[in-house]
Amino acid sequence: MNIQNSFRAQPDARGHFGPFGGRFVSETLMPLILELEREYRTAKKDPAFAAEFDDLLRHYVGRPSPLYFAERLTARVRADAVPGKGAKIYLKRDELNHTGAHKINNTVGQILLARRMGKTRIIAETGAGQHGVATATVAARFGLPCVIYMGARDVARQSPNVFRMKLLGAEVRAVESGAKTLKDAMNDAMRDWVANVHNTFYIIGTAAGPHPYPELVRDFQSVIGREAREQMLEREGRLPDLLVAAIGGGSNAIGLFHPFLDDPEVAMLGVEAAGRGLHTDAHAASLAGGAPGVLHGNRTYLLQDGDGQIAEAHSISAGLDYPGIGPEHAWLHETGRVEYASATDDEALAAFQLLCREEGIIPALEPSHALARVVDRAREMDEDRIVLANLCGRGDKDIFTVAEALRVAL
Amino acid sequence: MTRLAAAFARARAEHRAALVAFTTAGDPTPAACGGILDALVAGGADVVELGMAFTDPMADGPAIQAANLRALGAGTTTVQILSLAAAFRARHPQVPLVLMGYANPMLRRGPDWFARAVAESGVDGVICVDLPPEEDDRLGPALRLQGVAPIRLATPTTDAARLPAVLEGAEGFLYYVSVAGITGLQQAAQGSIDEAVGRLRAATSLPVAVGFGVRTPAQAAAVGRVADGVVVGSALVELVGAHGEAAVPYVTQAVRALADALRAARQEIAA
Repeated sequence: MNIQNSFRAQPDARGHFGPFGGRFVSETLMPLILELEREYRTAKKDPAFAAEFDDLLRHYVGRPSPLYFAERLTARVRADAVPGKGAKIYLKRDELNHTGAHKINNTVGQILLARRMGKTRIIAETGAGQHGVATATVAARFGLPCVIYMGARDVARQSPNVFRMKLLGAEVRAVESGAKTLKDAMNDAMRDWVANVHNTFYIIGTAAGPHPYPELVRDFQSVIGREAREQMLEREGRLPDLLVAAIGGGSNAIGLFHPFLDDPEVAMLGVEAAGRGLHTDAHAASLAGGAPGVLHGNRTYLLQDGDGQIAEAHSISAGLDYPGIGPEHAWLHETGRVEYASATDDEALAAFQLLCREEGIIPALEPSHALARVVDRAREMDEDRIVLANLCGRGDKDIFTVAEALRVAL
Repeated sequence: MTRLAAAFARARAEHRAALVAFTTAGDPTPAACGGILDALVAGGADVVELGMAFTDPMADGPAIQAANLRALGAGTTTVQILSLAAAFRARHPQVPLVLMGYANPMLRRGPDWFARAVAESGVDGVICVDLPPEEDDRLGPALRLQGVAPIRLATPTTDAARLPAVLEGAEGFLYYVSVAGITGLQQAAQGSIDEAVGRLRAATSLPVAVGFGVRTPAQAAAVGRVADGVVVGSALVELVGAHGEAAVPYVTQAVRALADALRAARQEIAA
C-alpha cells in the first residue's frame, strides 16, 4: 500500500487531518507549539526516547495489558442470538494499567517530552479524573510540581479521584466557569499555559488540541493497538473482524484503531455518549449531533448552536462529557473508514452491570458505552467472527455514580 | 486612506498615541450596548474595539469572561452584533470599528459570509484571537477580498525569526499583547514594552498598538509615550459589569481620563 492510499499517514505538515485539526491557538502559544513539534520529531527518531518510554510502560505501567477472551459474555450473547450467530468477544484489558485506565500511556510519553524540553512545571485538565490521576502520577514519578484543572461539578462527582491526585502531590483547582466540566477545565488550563509558557508543559489528555497534540497522543496510545494486533494474531492466527471503543475525545479509540487502519478486513466502531438520548440536548455525541468548528486549538466536530456558541455536553460518564472529538476521528468519520454510533446513559449502565456479573470485571462507565454496542453487534455476527473491544478503564471511580443512578444508598 | 490609517495618522499629528477602547458586544444587553459604544466615542476613543461574545473565551481573564457571559445571557446573537456595528457606523461615520473574537463564531456560517457581513456593517478590521498566521487561509483571504483588515497579534513570545510570518498579510495595525497571559490581569514591565515596540516598529510600517494589562491613565500614558496606540479593555468592561445600563457616565469619564492622559504623555517629555 503506498502512502497516498494509507489511512495512517495523517496529519499533514500543518497538522491537518483532511479539513480537521490544525493549530488554532493564540500567538503567545504558537512558538511553543512549534517548538513542541520540533522536539517531538527529534524524540520520535531517538532510540533512547523509545527505549525509556517502552521501559516505563513495561515496568511502571504494567504493559503489555492482556488480551482476554470474554467467554461467558460471548456465551450470553450467543444465548440471545439465532443459531450460528454470536461473535467471539475479546477485551483489551487496559483497565489493568497502573492508575486504572489507558490515560497513563500518554502521560508517560508527554512527561518524557516535558523533560526533554526542560520544562519544570506540569499542568493538565481532567474530566473523570483519570487523566488527572495519570498526570499527577507521572509528575510525582519525575518529581515535577503539577496543577490539575477540573470542573467544579466533576470535582463533586469524582471525589475519590480528587483525593488520589492530592495524595500524589498535585494541586487540584476546581473550575467554576461555564458548566464546570471538562471543557471549562480545558479553558482554564489553556489560560494557565498562556501565562506560564516559559516553564510549563501542558499534558493534554486526549487526542485533541492544537497540532502536534492529536498526533503525539495517538502515537503514545497506539501501543494499545500494536499489542492487540500481535496478541490477536498469536491467539487466533488472524486479525479481528470488528474493533469497538468508546469516544470522548477519542484517545483510547484512536490508540486501538490506528495500527489497524490499513487492514481493510478490520471494521471499526467508535461509540459516542448519547446521554439521555440523541433526540434530547443532553448528550455528548459530537459526530452524531454536532457540526465542524474550532475549539481548543483544533477544527473538529463540535456541539454548537447556529452562532458557533459551544453547547454543554451531557453524559453519565464524566470522561465522555465533552462537546468535541479528536480531529482524526472527525476525518475518519468523513472518509467512512470508521463507523461511529452511540450509547445512552441507560445502555451504558446496563452494560456496566452485565460485565460485572458475567466476567467479574467492573468496567469504567466510559468503556461501558462501547460494551453496550459490542453486545448488539456481536449478536448479529456469525459465531466464527471476532470482536475486540477496548476496556480502557476500570470502574472503581464510578461506583458512587452508578449507585446513585441505580438508586442504591451506600 | 482607510478609517484606521486616518485615525492613527490624526493621533500622530497631534503628538499622542491613539486610544483603542474595548467593550463586549451585547454587554450589558444588546439594547444598552449602543449607549456604551457612544460613551467610548464621547470620552475620546480613536478606535472602538467590539468583542464578539463566545462561550469559551480562552484568552480572556475574569472581567471579559464575565462580560461574555452577561452578553450571551442577555441573548446576544451574531446578527445582533452586526446590527450594533451597522448602527454604530451610521452614528459615527469616521470612527474606526474593529471586531475582536474567536474563530468559531466567526467561521460558523463560513468565512465568505462573515467577511461580507462585517464589511456591510461598516467594520474596518477583525482580530481573531485563535487564528494564527499558520491558519490564515481559514479567514484572511475572505476579509482582504472585502477590504476588511485582518489585524494580527504579536506577543512577548513572538521572536525575530517568527515576526515576518506574523506581519505577512497583516493590515490595519499590529496589536502587541504586552504580557504572555490573559486579558486584564498582569501588567508588563514598561522596559519590556519599550523594547518590544522598538523592535516591532523596525519591522513594520503598520501602527503598533499595545494592550493587555493597561488599566489606569498613568499606565496608558507610560505606554502611549512609545506606542502608536494603547488598548484598554478589562478596566472599561468592569465598569459595565458594575453599573450595567447605568454605566454610560462612568465609561465616558474613564475613557476621557485615559484620552487626556495620552494627550499629556508626550507633552511631558517635550517639556
